[in-house]
Amino acid sequence: MKKTLTGLALAGLMTSTFAGLSYAQEETIKVGILHSLSGTMAISETTLKDAMLMLIEEQNKKGGVLGKKLEAVVVDPASDWPLFAEKARELIEVNGVDAVFGCWTSVSRKSVLPVFEELNSLLFYPVQYEGEESQRNVFYTGAAPNTQAIPAVDYLMSEEGGSVERWVLAGTDYVYPRTTNKILEAYLKSKGVAEEDIMINYTPFGHSDWQTIVSDIKTFGSAGKKTAVVSTINGDANVPFYKELGNAGIKAEDIPVVAFSVGEEELAGLDTAPLVGHLAAWNYFQSADTDANAEFIETWQAFTGDEDRVTNDPMEASYIGFNMWVEAVEKAGTTDADAVIDAIVGVSVPNLTGGYSAMMPNHHITKPVLIGEIQEDGQFETVWETSGLVGGDAWSDYLEGSKDLISDWRAPMSCGNFNVKTGKCGGSDS
Amino acid sequence: MSFLKSFLMFLCLMAGLVGTGAAQSDLESLRPLVNALAEGKYKETQKQIGDLAATGNPAVAPALEALGAGELFFRKSDKQVFIAKKAGKGYALSDPLTLEDAGETGRRAVTKIKVNNNLRRVIRSALGSLTLLAPDPKVRMAAAEAVFKAKDPEAIESLEAAIAKEIDDDVRLVMEQARAAAVLNSDGSDGDKLEAIETLASMGNREALSLLIGLRDSSEGEVQQAATRAVNTINKSLALWDNAQNIWYGISLGSVLLLAAIGLAITFGVMGVINMAHGEMVMIGAYVTFVVQELIRSSAPGLFEYSLFIALPLAFLVSGAIGVGIERGVIRWLYGRPLETLLATWGISLILQQAVRSIFGPTNREVGNPDWMSGAFELGQLTITYNRMWIVVFAILVFAGLMLVLKKTSFGLFTRAVTQNRRMAASMGIRTPWIDAMTFGLGSGIAGIAGVALSQIDNVSPNLGQGYIIDSFMVVVFGGVGNLWGTLVGAMTLGVVNKFLEPYAGAVLGKILVLVFIILFIQKRPRGLFALKGRAVEA
Repeated sequence: MKKTLTGLALAGLMTSTFAGLSYAQEETIKVGILHSLSGTMAISETTLKDAMLMLIEEQNKKGGVLGKKLEAVVVDPASDWPLFAEKARELIEVNGVDAVFGCWTSVSRKSVLPVFEELNSLLFYPVQYEGEESQRNVFYTGAAPNTQAIPAVDYLMSEEGGSVERWVLAGTDYVYPRTTNKILEAYLKSKGVAEEDIMINYTPFGHSDWQTIVSDIKTFGSAGKKTAVVSTINGDANVPFYKELGNAGIKAEDIPVVAFSVGEEELAGLDTAPLVGHLAAWNYFQSADTDANAEFIETWQAFTGDEDRVTNDPMEASYIGFNMWVEAVEKAGTTDADAVIDAIVGVSVPNLTGGYSAMMPNHHITKPVLIGEIQEDGQFETVWETSGLVGGDAWSDYLEGSKDLISDWRAPMSCGNFNVKTGKCGGSDS
Repeated sequence: MSFLKSFLMFLCLMAGLVGTGAAQSDLESLRPLVNALAEGKYKETQKQIGDLAATGNPAVAPALEALGAGELFFRKSDKQVFIAKKAGKGYALSDPLTLEDAGETGRRAVTKIKVNNNLRRVIRSALGSLTLLAPDPKVRMAAAEAVFKAKDPEAIESLEAAIAKEIDDDVRLVMEQARAAAVLNSDGSDGDKLEAIETLASMGNREALSLLIGLRDSSEGEVQQAATRAVNTINKSLALWDNAQNIWYGISLGSVLLLAAIGLAITFGVMGVINMAHGEMVMIGAYVTFVVQELIRSSAPGLFEYSLFIALPLAFLVSGAIGVGIERGVIRWLYGRPLETLLATWGISLILQQAVRSIFGPTNREVGNPDWMSGAFELGQLTITYNRMWIVVFAILVFAGLMLVLKKTSFGLFTRAVTQNRRMAASMGIRTPWIDAMTFGLGSGIAGIAGVALSQIDNVSPNLGQGYIIDSFMVVVFGGVGNLWGTLVGAMTLGVVNKFLEPYAGAVLGKILVLVFIILFIQKRPRGLFALKGRAVEA
C-alpha cells in the first residue's frame, strides 16, 4: 500500500509541470481543521484536532500529496454552533483550504452545510450520527444508525447477547438521540416488541443527578423479563450516569447498558471496575489486534507524548476520511472539489480493524460493526462483530418517509435524496 | 470488597485442604476439564463451565472465579490453563486447581479466555451452588444470592442440604428465598409453589416482584391467584417506598445544590458581588482533589482512603487564595457597579476554564471514590448509595461550620458589620478592604471544598463549574439574598420539588417547571423566601 502511495506521489510530482518544480517546495496544500478547542465540546473535539495534526504530519513525512506538503489550518469554533459556519467560511474564503475535517455535534454540522454547498468545498465528518442526510460536499466517515445502533440491538436480542425483551432507550435531549431512538423504536416494534416493553427517557445536556432515572431503570427491569438499556447519553453526562449505575449495583449480567457515545476517551475519566461487562457499539476499539492499529496507537502516543493516551472510534473515522481524501486527490490529480467528489466514490483504504473501508455513492463508508464489553482497565473487549463490512445507510429503512429515499452522488443521478416511489430527486415531499 | 477478601480466604483454605494427600489425585482428574477451557468460543465455554459445575467439586471454584474476573489465561505453547495476575509487564501465573505459584510469563505467551455477560451469569450461578457449604458465612450469603438470581430448579436439592446445615439465620433466610425462587421455576406441586409465593411475598422487594410477575403471567388457577395477590401487595408497599425514595433523592440533590450555592451565598448574598466565576472555584476544588489523588497514587498508595481529607484543606486554600486574588485584582475596583462586575467575573471564569484546559487537558480526569464512598446499602426497600449519603452529611457539616464562623468568631462579626454598614464599621476601626478580601476568599474557599465533594459524583472536567452556576444563583435568589438559612431551605426545597416532578414530567420538563416556579415566586416575593428586614435592606 505504502509503495503504491509513494508511487502515486512520485507520479504526481512528475506530472506537475517542470516550471512549477522550482517553487513546489514552498507551495502547500491547505487543510482546514474545524474542531472546538474551547467550550463544552472541547472535551471530545480537541482530541480529533490533535489526531488530524498527527495524520497531516505523518503524510508530510511520506512526501505530502501531489508532491506538495500539507499545511494544517486550525480554527476554534468554541462549541458555538453559528460560529462553526463563520469559521468554515473563514477557512475556505480567507485561508483557501482545499478540504475541511471537522464538526462533532449534528447541530454544528447542520450549521456549516450551507457554507460548504455555497462555496463548493469538502467536509469530512468523523462522528457517528443519526443519518437522514446526504450532501454532495460532505463525507460521513462515522457510523450511521444501521452501522451502529441496529446491529447492537440485534446482538442483545440474540441468545448470545442475553435474549433481551425489554428496552430502555435513554438519551440526551437533542437531535441525534431523538432520531436514533425513533429509528430503534420502529425497528424494535417491527421485531415484535410491545409498546409497554419500551421505555424512552430524555435528559438535558450535562445532566448530573441520575438517581431517579437509575432507579426507574431498576423498576422497569423488575417486570420478569430480561431488560437492557440502550444509551445515547452524550459525553459529559455519562460519567455521573455510570457512577450512579455502579454504586446502585446494577450489574451488566442483570441489566446491560449498551452505549453509542461512550468510547475509550469517555471511560478515561472513570473507575471502570464496577462497570465490567457493560457494552458499547462502535466500528473500532483501541483493543483491535492488528498491526495497523498497533502502529497507529504507537504514533499517537508518541505524538501526544503521553503513553497512556487512548484512541477512539472518531479518531479512526478521521484516519479513514483523511486517507480517502489523500487517495482521491492523488487519483484526481488535483485538489479541485468537483474532481475530488467524482474521484472519491469507490476509493478504498485500510481501516484499523484489519479490513478496507470504501467510500460509497451515498458518501457514507463501509465499516465493520463491533460490540465490546468494558474491561477493568478501561478498554473494550470485542465480544461480537459483523461477519463482513456494513455500508452506512443515509436514509433509514425503518422510518416513514425516509425508507423510500436513496442517495447516489454519481452522475447521472447525483442526488442525495432520490425518492424511488415518485422517481424524483427531492426527498419525501415531492 | 469484604466479600472478595473473605472469598480469597476461603480459597486459601480450600487450597490448604485440597493440597494434602489423597485429594491430589482427585484434583488431577479435574485438570482435563479445566484445560478444556482453552478451546472454543463462548458457546463451548458455556458447556465447559457446565461440565465443571457438574462435578460438584468446590476445588473448581477458584478457576471459575478467575474466569469470571477475566484472570484465567491459557499458555499458547501447550494450552495449559492458568490463573494470571498482572505483574509488571507480564503476568504472574498460578495453578488453577492447586493454586500453587507457577512462575511469571510475558504478555505475549498467554491468551485470555474470553467471557461475556452471558458467561458471567452462568459462572455466577455455578459458583453459587458450589460454595453454598463454604465455611465463611459471607461466602455462603453471596452464594445464596447468586443461586437466587439463577433460579435454577436443579439447585433445589443442594439448597435443601445447605439449609439443613445452616447455622446463620440471615444466610438461611436468603437460602430459603433462593429455594422458593427455584421452586417457582420448577415443575413442583401447586402446594410447594403456594408456599414459595408466600416466602417471596414476604421479601417485598423488586427482585421478588420480578419473579412473581413472571409467575402470574405464566401460571393458572390457584397459583396465579396467589401470585396476583402477592404482586398487588408488593406493589402497594413499593408505592409508599417510592415516596420515601423521592424524598431521599430530593435531599441528596438539595445537598449538592447547597454545597454549590453556599459559597455564592456569601459572595453574592452577603457581599452583593455577582460572581460568575463561582463555578470555576468549584471546578478548581475538584482539580485539587485530582492532583492530590495523583500524588498519592504515585507516592503513597496506602493513603488513598484518606485522599479526600487531605484534599479538603488544600482545596479550601487554593480556591480561597484565587478568590482573594480576584477580589484584590479586579472586583475591588468595581464595587457598586454590578453590571461591570458581572462581565469582569464572566471573563475571569472563561480565563480560568481555558487555563485548566491548557494545564490538565480538555478530557475528563479520573477522581476515584475511596472504598467508603462506593457502593450502597439497603434501608427497607430504599437503596442509598454511600457517596450520596456522605455528601448530605458533608453539606450539613459545611453549613454548620460556616454558621459558626459567621456568628461566633470575630471575623464573622466584622463581616456582618461591614455588610450591614460599611462606613460605620470603618469608623470603628475595622479594615473594611481586608474584610472584603477575606470574605470573598471564604466564599471561594467554600466553593473549593464543594468541588472536592462534587468530584465524587460528577465529571472532573473544565466545564464542571458551568453546570452549577445557574443552579447556584437560583438557590440563592430563591432562598433570599443575604441569608444562609434561606440558602439551606431554598436548596432543599428545590431538590425535593425537582425529584418529585422528575418521575412524572421527565428530567427536561421538570427543570423547566422548577424555573417557571421560581420566576413566579420571585414576582410575588422579590426578596426570596427569607427576606432581610430593617435598615440594611435600604442601605
